[in-house]
Amino acid sequence: MSTLASLALFLGVLSLGGWALSGYMTRIYEGRRVWLSPVVAPLERALMRLAGPRASAPQGWRAYALSAVIFNAAGALLLFALLRLQGHLPFNPAGLPGLSAPLAFNTAISFVTNTNWQAYSGEAQLSLLSQMLGLTVQNFASAATGMAVGIAVIRGFAGTAGRTDLGNFWQDLLRGILYVLLPMSVVLALLLVAEGVPQVLAGAVHATTLSGADQWIARGPVASQVAIKQLGTNGGGFFGVNGAHPFENPTVASDMVQTLAILLIPVAFCFVFGRMAGDRRQGRAIFAAMGLLFVAGLAVILWAELQPNALIGAGAGLEGKEERFGPVLSALWAAATTAASNGSVNAMHDSFQPLSGLIMLINMQLGEVIFGGVGSGLYGMLLYVVLAVFLAGLMVGRTPEYLGRKIEGREVTLAMLAFLSMPLGILGGAALSVMVPQAAASAQATGPHGLSETLYAYSSAVANNGSAFGGWNAGTPWQETALGLLMLLGRYAILVPVLAIAGSLAAKPRAAVTAGSFPTHGPLFVVLLILTVLILGALTFFPVLALGPLAEQAALAAGQAY
Amino acid sequence: MLVHFRPALVLLLALSLLTGLAYPLAVTGVAGLIWPAQAAGSLVRQGDRIVGSALIAQGEDRPAYLHPRPSAVDWNASASGASNLGPTSRDLAGQVADRRAAYQAQNGVAAPGDAVTASGSGLDPDISLANALAQAPRIARARGIAPEKVRTLIMDRVHRPWLGLYGVPYVTVLTTNLALDEAFPAQPSGTR
Repeated sequence: MSTLASLALFLGVLSLGGWALSGYMTRIYEGRRVWLSPVVAPLERALMRLAGPRASAPQGWRAYALSAVIFNAAGALLLFALLRLQGHLPFNPAGLPGLSAPLAFNTAISFVTNTNWQAYSGEAQLSLLSQMLGLTVQNFASAATGMAVGIAVIRGFAGTAGRTDLGNFWQDLLRGILYVLLPMSVVLALLLVAEGVPQVLAGAVHATTLSGADQWIARGPVASQVAIKQLGTNGGGFFGVNGAHPFENPTVASDMVQTLAILLIPVAFCFVFGRMAGDRRQGRAIFAAMGLLFVAGLAVILWAELQPNALIGAGAGLEGKEERFGPVLSALWAAATTAASNGSVNAMHDSFQPLSGLIMLINMQLGEVIFGGVGSGLYGMLLYVVLAVFLAGLMVGRTPEYLGRKIEGREVTLAMLAFLSMPLGILGGAALSVMVPQAAASAQATGPHGLSETLYAYSSAVANNGSAFGGWNAGTPWQETALGLLMLLGRYAILVPVLAIAGSLAAKPRAAVTAGSFPTHGPLFVVLLILTVLILGALTFFPVLALGPLAEQAALAAGQAY
Repeated sequence: MLVHFRPALVLLLALSLLTGLAYPLAVTGVAGLIWPAQAAGSLVRQGDRIVGSALIAQGEDRPAYLHPRPSAVDWNASASGASNLGPTSRDLAGQVADRRAAYQAQNGVAAPGDAVTASGSGLDPDISLANALAQAPRIARARGIAPEKVRTLIMDRVHRPWLGLYGVPYVTVLTTNLALDEAFPAQPSGTR
């Protein structure tokens, strides 16, 4: 009972925090003054001047999308170069060599697309410069890109009539970093240091243990990277085991604060949508749909993790988990990180119960729309909204409308195109991976769990989540290349069409809402939206889920080990 | 298209300096001023010797000390890792059975779950309160003192749930072992 109460309290704090943050974010993206303006506004103006006189013009969807893609491409190239050349650059106390080309490609794409899949092991392979000037920069840049596109899409869906532009990418990018991500990261990083997360510009320190053995303890500027990896739904850790490492996540307090940080901005985005639409009920409806899906998934994971494992015996549930978090906080984090496209872990998902793995897979395969990534979660959910409204229109035989704008063939086609990138990338990629011998060897486990491992990797990459069933070997040229390409598909095959939809909607007149309009703020719509998500998303993947986690659950019940 | 190149390059460079250098360096500076011990990795010293970090597990199998949780990476603090074995893994079942038998032989009681499972990081510095208390009689015997004294020392050092709500009671192994040595110095004659 106290477990349920403590989780309810967490969700309450999260909702209130997201709501409070949404007011601040709305003001920022609308260009109004906030309390940080006296400090930040001069910097923002100076950077926009440096960017050039033509950089601040209003942009239609094409210019907005092109700006985002070019900015990300430049970031990927820079990061790739840094990772390849780190052996010749400073801040490399361990003298680590550059990464191989496929691994550098995979890592660069991974961080630019806000996936933060770790095919590398941070403390063993990356210099401090690569962690800071490489990964931390893209943690900010990819998150702010997602947030900017989220805001642009909101403007298209909900903006005032007669305004056909979606805003300006460069302005939105800067505002997201300067007013939201950077100040919040500074505060969070310092809180984490207080709890014990290291923050030094030094490498491993040598200790002679109590029993007289040698121990090299890896350290570095950890707190600054962990703070932004959570707030920006990035998830790429400083260490190989991510948030399970006591230096990334030393206490229960640091764990709870980080879990909150994972979900905070995605939750705020729901309410930003309502505020910018001038109808807060619309934001609350989307929040309700996401929240119900989240709680349902969390309930299953929590239940599954508290079940005994008859094959392995009592207490086996702690395999891959840290004592300070135990099953409950590990389950909460697992639900949050897979729902929110974060991908950091505080326990090893590979060792979770089959039904927990099932929920984590579904959370990702739905396209990361249960809160999802910063900005991207909301625009992903708006694709489902387009489809839900279209379905509702078909059912009652009326032209579907959303926020007073007609949803027509072009929007539905684009939404379906974007949606199809998920099954194409996940099922296509995973199918190839299990058929090609050199790729199939990546699975560590045999039996259904081996398929779950492969499926998890491809779901995580295409959905831009970044967590993994860690036993699966991502470090082969095939997997590094294939997953790198699919991360690109999962990011841009959704980002571009959704901007196109927003541009198309922005150009339409906004009809007055009448008694004949289908209301999109009530419980009926929330249920319709949830069903659309589940039917479209989950049913696409049901057959393969039956072969992976569901078959494993059956094996577990039957006492069959592999 | 070319019109987007200048802002892309200029802002990428500016943001790299700001978020990739200024931000981590500023946090490093402030953290080092306010919380120097935590920022450096919560290192534990005995005189001039660094014996480890309060947050990082180290290998320990002598009877007079608390033992950490099993580690898939042999407590290698520069290469964290887990077994990643799944819930239907025969290997995992075998490992757990072996650890359970070893624990029973050492301590004479059934092993709590955290004592037979490898942690997520391989560096979990903590064990459950039940695990610590189950090891107390063995430690007391090795040090030639009453078990009650070890139990009291453990109970004084237990981490309680945060806000009374989140987490379970646990004990940090290294700092408790240091406290044991301080309170009950091991007998000079062969208790190890």
